[in-house]
Amino acid sequence: MLISFSLLFEDVGASITSSSICQIHFVLLISRQGKVRLTKWYSPYPQKERTKVIRELSGLILPRGPKLCNFVEWRGFKVVYRRYASLYFCMCINQDDNELEILEIIHHYVEILDRYFGSVCELDLIFNFHKAYYILDELLIAGELQESSKKTVARHIAAQDSLVETAKEQASSLSNIIAEATK
Amino acid sequence: MAGGPSLMDSLFQRSLEDLIKGLRIHNLAAGTAAGTPESSTFLSKSIDEVRREIKSTDQQTKTTALQKLTYLHSLYAIDMSWAAFHAIELSSSTIFNSKRTGYLAASISFNSSTDVILLLTHQLRKDLNSGNPHEVSLALQTLSSICTPDLARDLTPELFTLLNSNKGFIKKKAIATVLRVFELYPDSVRVCFKRLVENLENADVGIVSAIVGVFCELANKEPRSYLPLAPEFYRILVDSRNNWVLIKVLKIFAKLVPLEPRLGKRVVEPICEHLRRTGAKSLAFECIRTIVCSLTQHELAVKLAAEKIREFLTEDDPNLKYLGLQALAAIAPKSLNAVVENKEVVIKSLSDEDVNIKFEALRLVMAMVSEDNVAEICRVLINYALKSDPEFCNEILGSILSTCSRNYYETIVDFDWYVSLLGEMARVPHCQKGEEIENQLVDIGMRVRDVRPEVVHVGRDLLIDPALLGNPFIHRILSAAAWVSGEYVEFCKNPFELMEALLQPRTNLLPPSVRAVYIQSAFKVLTFAAYFYFYPEEALAASISGVGESVHNGWCEQSSDSVSGQTVTFSEPDEGFNPRMLHQPQKDASGNDGKKMISDLEQVSSCSVKMGHFTKDCLVGMVNLVESTLRPMAGSHEVEIQDRVKNVLGLIELIRQEIHGCLVPKEEENDRGELKACEIVRVMHDAFSEELGPVSLSAQGRVPLPDGLELKENLSDLEAICGDFRIPVLSSFSLEKPRSLEKDVVTVSDQQNEEECEPSSESTSLLTEHRKRHGIYYLPSEKKEKVPNDYPPANDLSMQDKVNDEVDYLVKLTEKSLVPKKKPIAKPRPVVVKLDDGDRIHINETLPELKEDLISDAVQEVLLGNQAVASSSRTDKSDKSSNRRSRKETFRPLESNADSTTVEIAELGNKNSRRIKHRTHGKERSHRSSKKATGESDRSDRPNSSHPHGKHKSRQRADGMENVAAESPVIPDFLL
Repeated sequence: MLISFSLLFEDVGASITSSSICQIHFVLLISRQGKVRLTKWYSPYPQKERTKVIRELSGLILPRGPKLCNFVEWRGFKVVYRRYASLYFCMCINQDDNELEILEIIHHYVEILDRYFGSVCELDLIFNFHKAYYILDELLIAGELQESSKKTVARHIAAQDSLVETAKEQASSLSNIIAEATK
Repeated sequence: MAGGPSLMDSLFQRSLEDLIKGLRIHNLAAGTAAGTPESSTFLSKSIDEVRREIKSTDQQTKTTALQKLTYLHSLYAIDMSWAAFHAIELSSSTIFNSKRTGYLAASISFNSSTDVILLLTHQLRKDLNSGNPHEVSLALQTLSSICTPDLARDLTPELFTLLNSNKGFIKKKAIATVLRVFELYPDSVRVCFKRLVENLENADVGIVSAIVGVFCELANKEPRSYLPLAPEFYRILVDSRNNWVLIKVLKIFAKLVPLEPRLGKRVVEPICEHLRRTGAKSLAFECIRTIVCSLTQHELAVKLAAEKIREFLTEDDPNLKYLGLQALAAIAPKSLNAVVENKEVVIKSLSDEDVNIKFEALRLVMAMVSEDNVAEICRVLINYALKSDPEFCNEILGSILSTCSRNYYETIVDFDWYVSLLGEMARVPHCQKGEEIENQLVDIGMRVRDVRPEVVHVGRDLLIDPALLGNPFIHRILSAAAWVSGEYVEFCKNPFELMEALLQPRTNLLPPSVRAVYIQSAFKVLTFAAYFYFYPEEALAASISGVGESVHNGWCEQSSDSVSGQTVTFSEPDEGFNPRMLHQPQKDASGNDGKKMISDLEQVSSCSVKMGHFTKDCLVGMVNLVESTLRPMAGSHEVEIQDRVKNVLGLIELIRQEIHGCLVPKEEENDRGELKACEIVRVMHDAFSEELGPVSLSAQGRVPLPDGLELKENLSDLEAICGDFRIPVLSSFSLEKPRSLEKDVVTVSDQQNEEECEPSSESTSLLTEHRKRHGIYYLPSEKKEKVPNDYPPANDLSMQDKVNDEVDYLVKLTEKSLVPKKKPIAKPRPVVVKLDDGDRIHINETLPELKEDLISDAVQEVLLGNQAVASSSRTDKSDKSSNRRSRKETFRPLESNADSTTVEIAELGNKNSRRIKHRTHGKERSHRSSKKATGESDRSDRPNSSHPHGKHKSRQRADGMENVAAESPVIPDFLL
């Protein structure tokens, strides 16, 4: 009788965060000082949860030494991370997913960034955070690898940039016109 | 004039770069923390600026403002839900940069609770139909990240069109976006799925990769629906040389093979081929994982995988080592040999600097545990736990506990050993697994009858060690120890000693709930003793011959012991003092008649010479001890303690009367049975000796609901009560004093409390002070005075750890244990009580529920021509398609009942008809491939073809046989 009581009130177990069907649940770029440089969420995480996730993972990943493996287990998921200079690239995947594949995706992303910025550094990503997003969007959609060719990604980004440039010229001339008109 | 501020804003607007620089400067100036006041004022100032600028009519200004806000949102978690409308506004801009910024802001900040999201529908549709591929691409990217059921429903037609886009990169993005749309709006599967399948044959590797990725994720959720596509996947597996694609296909097969064993035969060879051929570790690992998870029947493949795992383990790369260990853990249940071959690496990995690798190695070691080696492995691990850091130590203890208790302790044969191991674990310095050990001690005590003497023995060793009381982490274990000692007191060799241990002064370090258990156990012991005294014959007869004898002897020895200890204490207090003897309180309490005590004690010693008889004085001694200790606690503010103390005191009152009452009649009448107290003692003893067994989970459900019981009430207060659930409530026996009397007692004992029990707060300084004043109440804690060998003091490594630290030694140790060997089992495994009905519930709960899965329903409908979902009404092919069309009509209103216009309905209808054409086309093709596949399968031996094989022909031929096929979920074996 007494024992049944204990079973009745036993913890049902920690609830698992609902996640979308996707390979990569989120991408984080964290600097060695724990500053966030980029976040992209492919599974729904509310804002409060996001801050918590980032804090937890920084605490988990940043102290790890250089000779340790690149995976950490976290809340029933796996987080694959890789350090480039002062920046940690982290991606969260399911337990049974292929960690090495994700490492390759991370490397892929870094190479594309490198090609785009010309030996990329953390400052490039700080001042061009939107471009880092655009490139990531070309690479991953809905948490799936989209384009495995570096060249193609570079071409698309370049094409979009040229679109922006022409638009900018127009815009600047427009504002010039307005500025002159209101003088 | 209205444009004035806007113009000023646009001319002197802080650019994104300025903002970032400003933030950096303020952060640097104010130190590293982001939350410093200076940086936060800058931040709020910037947000104010953005709020102003974003209202500007100038697109450029607005774009920059939104970009800044997006930056702040994504990196500083600034709320930007208020700017949702501005993002939508910008996304409709004709300037590409503004559009891009608008969409980026939307995809980053929108979520399902963003109410203006519906306003984006129109713009997304426009951009999805745009002639500029980059705009289409932007819209797709945005849709994939912020998709809601409404958006998915409204934009499915556009997406369907894009699946046939002639631009490769648009097609790929559309394919990936479809995944999200399927998830949120399963009806879209009916529209888009066929086109998705067609693309599997696309020549472009990128597109195949995207499709396979989608199928991989879908199959991950519900693999059964995708079995019919196995031939397509097989073709990719054989033909493709792209590692990205191969990894995904392998993942799909890992899910499909367990559902259809014959599939395994076909894919095992190509997979092994890839494994042999590839240089890419990621692909090799995926092959290994597929083999060890899904293809374990194929010995050659497993052998090959084991070889490759060995290669991984010998690499220097920690990643490969980690993954190798993981794969090894997966293979362990099937091929222990593979593990044994690598045991050196595994054991060495237990001391790896990487925590992950250590944990993985631990899991692996635990996977190797079997009946034969469990003792040795646990020995090695406990030694390991003693040396490692607290976290890993607890991980080790936790995994030992969970492995050994797995499936009702199925690996444990020698429960005596296991129980003593539990006791040992409690003494591991960093042990924080108190709760689990507590549960297991009680659980084993109840389930395994034969081990109870050992449980009581271990419990006694724990209770008697005063050092353990100081460690809050093991209070739970002590609670269990107290409970088992009380519950199974008949196995106790020495109830006096037990009583002393239960009442020792340091128990005031325990939390009230545990203390209540202690007192309740003392109650049981006292009842038992009284029963023994009043009914010696019955007690003797009742107890099992051997145990009863030993108990009896123990009792008498103890009483003589106690006397000698006592006398020694009186004569030379410091030298021969025995910490086990705690009779001082008793002496103190009844100090007024100290002389009488001594004479009593002498009597005890004299009468205890007569073996086989429990004397009155023994009982009196015990009663005095209990009373003097518990009396001050009668006024405790903890209701559990107070209640139980009252119970005990009530019983003592009765026993006292009885003893004094029968002192005279004892000699004259020899008839004690008539006296009431004896009866009560007997009733209580009977109640206590009623066996408590494990109760099934569903037992509660079988109890009919009594009238007037409120089950809907808020039970949040129960939390506190639950902590003490183990203590049986004996309301019927409680001997409460009248209310007025009780008040008096409370006030009296409050005073006593102040004198004696003040350091109930657990601060050590108070405790030491208390110790100074009331030193005689304490067990001496100095080590040299400790009782010898058989109570190893807590937190003393030197005694337990004679094994040296060398890893090599451990390797050597495990060499024996890892090789499965048969050692003669000295005694048969005792019966472990299991409940048939209730206990199974646990397993049932973990079984995957067969719940309605909308996506896979729809997929099956599309792939299998609706057989699995609809009933067997379909007879003919033409009939089928008409049936299908009618279904289409039923769900078309669903699509159009949103805000779509009539034009769109027409368009959709148009598409539907086109879709059907595609579908039939696809059907033919799949028939072709199925014929080819069945041709192949005819060559491979298959003794008697099951019905799905016949089904295809029947579908082509005629009706009639359809019914057979439709009854079971159909898995056409194209491949087999």
